Amino acid sequence: MPTPLVVSDVAKSFTMHLRDGIKLPVVAGVSFSIRAGECTVLGGPSGAGKSSILKMLYGNYAVDEGQIIVKHDDGLIDLATASPRTVLAIRRQTIGYVSQFLRTVPRVSALDVVAEPLVERGEDRESARGKARALLAQLNLPEKLWALPPATFSGGEQQRVNIARGFITEHPILLLDEPTASLDARNRDVVIELIAAKKATGVALLGIFHDHDVREAVADRIIDVTAFAPGKIAA
Amino acid sequence: MTAQPTDIATYNFAYLDEQTKRMIRRAILKGIAIPGYQVPFASREMPMPYGWGTGGVQVTASIIGPDDVLKVIDQGADDTTNAVSIRAFFKKVANVAVTTYTASATIIQTRHRIPEHPLTAGQVLVYQVPIPEPLRFLEPRETETRKMHALEEYGLMHVKLYEDIARHGRIATTYAYPVKVEGRYVMDPSPTPKFDNPKMHRSPALQLFGAGREKRIYAVPPFTEVVSLDFEDHPFEVQTFDQPCALCAAENVYLDEVILDDHGGHMFVCSDTDHCEKRREEGHRGHLAPEMMEPAR
Amino acid sequence: MTDEPLLRVSALSKFYGSRVGCDNVSFDLWPGEVLAVVGESGSGKTTLLNCLSTRLLPSSGTASYRMRDGQFRELYRMSEAERRFLMRTDWGFVHQNPADGLRMTVSAGANVGERLMAVGDRHYGKIRATAVDWLSRVEIDEDRIDDEPRAFSGGMRQRLQIARNLVTGPRLVFMDEPTGGLDVSVQARLLDLLRGLVTDLGLAAIVVTHDLAVARLLSQRMMVMKDGRVVESGLTDGVLDDPRAPYTQLLVSSILQV
Repeated sequence: MPTPLVVSDVAKSFTMHLRDGIKLPVVAGVSFSIRAGECTVLGGPSGAGKSSILKMLYGNYAVDEGQIIVKHDDGLIDLATASPRTVLAIRRQTIGYVSQFLRTVPRVSALDVVAEPLVERGEDRESARGKARALLAQLNLPEKLWALPPATFSGGEQQRVNIARGFITEHPILLLDEPTASLDARNRDVVIELIAAKKATGVALLGIFHDHDVREAVADRIIDVTAFAPGKIAA
Repeated sequence: MTAQPTDIATYNFAYLDEQTKRMIRRAILKGIAIPGYQVPFASREMPMPYGWGTGGVQVTASIIGPDDVLKVIDQGADDTTNAVSIRAFFKKVANVAVTTYTASATIIQTRHRIPEHPLTAGQVLVYQVPIPEPLRFLEPRETETRKMHALEEYGLMHVKLYEDIARHGRIATTYAYPVKVEGRYVMDPSPTPKFDNPKMHRSPALQLFGAGREKRIYAVPPFTEVVSLDFEDHPFEVQTFDQPCALCAAENVYLDEVILDDHGGHMFVCSDTDHCEKRREEGHRGHLAPEMMEPAR
Repeated sequence: MTDEPLLRVSALSKFYGSRVGCDNVSFDLWPGEVLAVVGESGSGKTTLLNCLSTRLLPSSGTASYRMRDGQFRELYRMSEAERRFLMRTDWGFVHQNPADGLRMTVSAGANVGERLMAVGDRHYGKIRATAVDWLSRVEIDEDRIDDEPRAFSGGMRQRLQIARNLVTGPRLVFMDEPTGGLDVSVQARLLDLLRGLVTDLGLAAIVVTHDLAVARLLSQRMMVMKDGRVVESGLTDGVLDDPRAPYTQLLVSSILQV
């Protein structure tokens, strides 16, 4: 089975310059890979660094040490050292990301928020909106909300917009940061279906799920992040 | 040229001293060499206020010789205060012959008209110019307008015409209508009616422009291209009049409205008084021409 | 995506006597990229913008621009005529104060049409139709086309300035605090509009702002400046979510939360 993403010996710490430069190590020696058609889940308690790992894989957090090799554009690229422009290209073509919270943009309708990633990749706006409608309907977002900007939506509604936005593209790698946190049971099930569908098309998924049921339903493998606690390496 | 003593005045010939005339002639020559380009010159105080044609007078004074025949018109008329005074001025300080007849003049100083009678080679038309900078309406910075001339950035000129059409449905600029000279410099033709613009184009006469207050001289040499700016869908047009001159029945000339009484009576007559008189001498009659005036034979 | 950048900036410095304007700034900008330059007043971000847009000549360093024919030209070796031509065709400059970028005494339509006339358009009807189109794209009612910008609100003026700049289809737009001095609601509308236009037209832009929220919304890349030097640069979300330079951490921690 192809492995489109390989993480080796990655370490991350924060240096807090505003607090006398104290250094907060987050993770160290992070090594794993994810496989196409599988959903890999990062496990461990809060604060173990799951979210930081996901953000490093998306190029959002800088990487102190190690490599994150991504299969991109028929080549292998180290995301840890890639230029901003390359990271942008990887985000456009290779790695998708569903964040925990929707970052709303003033005045843009929910439908266009969802369709935007496709439009950015060059798809015709109307066809992108068609796909967005289908996804929003599947996620049971009331149709009367589609034309409204999501800023005033409830947490659950915003999260469904966010999920639709993340799932609408056909990225070969998809990172999921607690996508089901504020969803009811019915919509959790829809997300499980969506993840299954992605797996079936050969997408490699990597996620964080606090919800035990969802994790059980989607996980092919669980990586225990506590194994990457910085102290363990130091010891 | 040496000073010519006369019994009336003891000024140097044509009022200006010879060094000043040389300076102005250099500016004129440069202007002729670069058609439409505004040449700065050291404008002098003249014995008349700014706005009375000090620029034109300095140009005329610098080119006039004892054998010249001078005509001065103000809005087409030879007999208005400004024209009479300037003519008297040169009679006094240069002792030159003066005329009202366009064809006889070698130098015609004009305020805001070009004579109807076609000018010929060897004649010089001297314009009095109040504001020489055509771009000033939209760009008040002289440093910037000079740069725009230098770099041939004339989009702004069309902005002015655009504004006209947007506000009035047509190009409503009727005087000081901007022209492009020899395909290069955009020039203000002084506040002549746009009716006269076509007369500038390939004119056999030399056209000189003097702006006294603004200290600029520019020129259009004989047979130079002078094209009025316009839009493809709003081409340049001259004014037309729906009736002929009330005195001489001339058509296709520029008419002035003359108020006859305080009951709203008015008539339209040639702005060019010389042209009108010549026509009446030739026997042309408008519908308001006095009966008793017999044509000269 | 093009293989070559649109703008290459190398070791650009500007000194005002012994005072540093900006010091040793280098970066590449690709077509369609929006680069935010952030920092507080006096950090050199406006000096940098003015050097890049050739409104100011740098003390040292180079900047090359890829012209429409694909050839790179050294900006500071161009003649003034060429630079000014670039400025009104292939570039735009959106000033913080719209009065600096608009002709306040001519109509909105003429403000938009001026660049077209400057490049030789001589058909009134077509110029006006283009102006109408652009006014609608920046959400100004067609019936305001003959009004002077003096009669416009601040937000409308700023949108008009944007239309005036974009009408010739520039490939690179410089923006100096484009939302500065506007009410928050007006800001939001403008930002959204800018965002849409930048995406639709594939514009590259360099946006100077002290407002990190504006930078996050508009830009993909960011440079943080302090005392004339670039202290941190990278992806906008990266710099904002994981700031590493002490100064950036201070900036980010100073954002007010609502």
